[in-house]
Amino acid sequence: MWELAGKKFNSRLILGTSRYRSPENLREAITRSGAEIVTVSLRRQAAGDGNKFWDLLRDLGVTFLPNTANCRSVQEAVTTAHMARDVFKTNWIKLETVGDEFTLQPDPFALLEATRILIADGFEVFPYTTEDLVVGERLLAAGCKILMPWAAPIGSGQGVVNPQALKTLRARLPQATLIIDAGIGAPSHAAQVMEIGFDGVMLNTAVALADDAPKMAKAFAQAINAGRMAHESGLMPARSFAEPSTPLPGTPFWKTKQA
Amino acid sequence: MKIILNGEEKDIRATTIAEVVKVLGYEGDYFAVAKNLVCVPRAKYAETSVAAQDEIEILMPMQGG
Repeated sequence: MWELAGKKFNSRLILGTSRYRSPENLREAITRSGAEIVTVSLRRQAAGDGNKFWDLLRDLGVTFLPNTANCRSVQEAVTTAHMARDVFKTNWIKLETVGDEFTLQPDPFALLEATRILIADGFEVFPYTTEDLVVGERLLAAGCKILMPWAAPIGSGQGVVNPQALKTLRARLPQATLIIDAGIGAPSHAAQVMEIGFDGVMLNTAVALADDAPKMAKAFAQAINAGRMAHESGLMPARSFAEPSTPLPGTPFWKTKQA
Repeated sequence: MKIILNGEEKDIRATTIAEVVKVLGYEGDYFAVAKNLVCVPRAKYAETSVAAQDEIEILMPMQGG
């Protein structure tokens, strides 16, 4: 069990709901991975045929983490957050402010400004940020308890581009809940960040685009558990040279002169 | 009266958000409304007026990462 923004969860995997081949595929991925939190979004849609996606999600009984994906300005992000709160009945918001079209790198200045506004409005802000330490510190100073740094650009599947910066973030911000968001391509990437001591992993594309999404979702869940257990157990320090794991004294022909 | 609905001009007979929503056929609790880039909470639909050229955004849940 771990605690996130005052709620208790078993799973440290936060699963995105986008790009699956079918609603059934999504449902299976969520169930088989054991994910208890899923990210959702808002879009323009004409009235008429209800909202099947919404019906599916409500049936699953998961916790919603709405995002402000594709918002470019502070105003857009703040209004989208308010609208998400109205629909999803939650004060949680994964705050995204796009700063660069090519990398979808978050705009840290807009992010910080929107964060201040939303925290004053009573939101629990999950800011999607880079691995930049000072930006992280400013977001925490603004009242965030959680940070969601990227491992690599959204949907790229590159894995951890800058492991040293993520280690620094973990070491310098021990009080913050740190959840990797974006760029994870393989379960080994997820295990890697969990071993560093991150509190959770949010991912979408790596599962949704797998040939067998539910199976991949489960693979990620297991990797995240493995990484967390490894972190809690204390990893051995790396050494430059070999050190025999089998005790040397008493091994056959130890210290005998060879012909 | 012409408003901008989800980015497109729309002719509509309505004076409040509550009427806009009703005329367009939105039902249930799975949508949210903004007027001129500011969210209108559900409880305020009836008291929020709509004027010509107002930009109305109506959003619904969708898949997200």
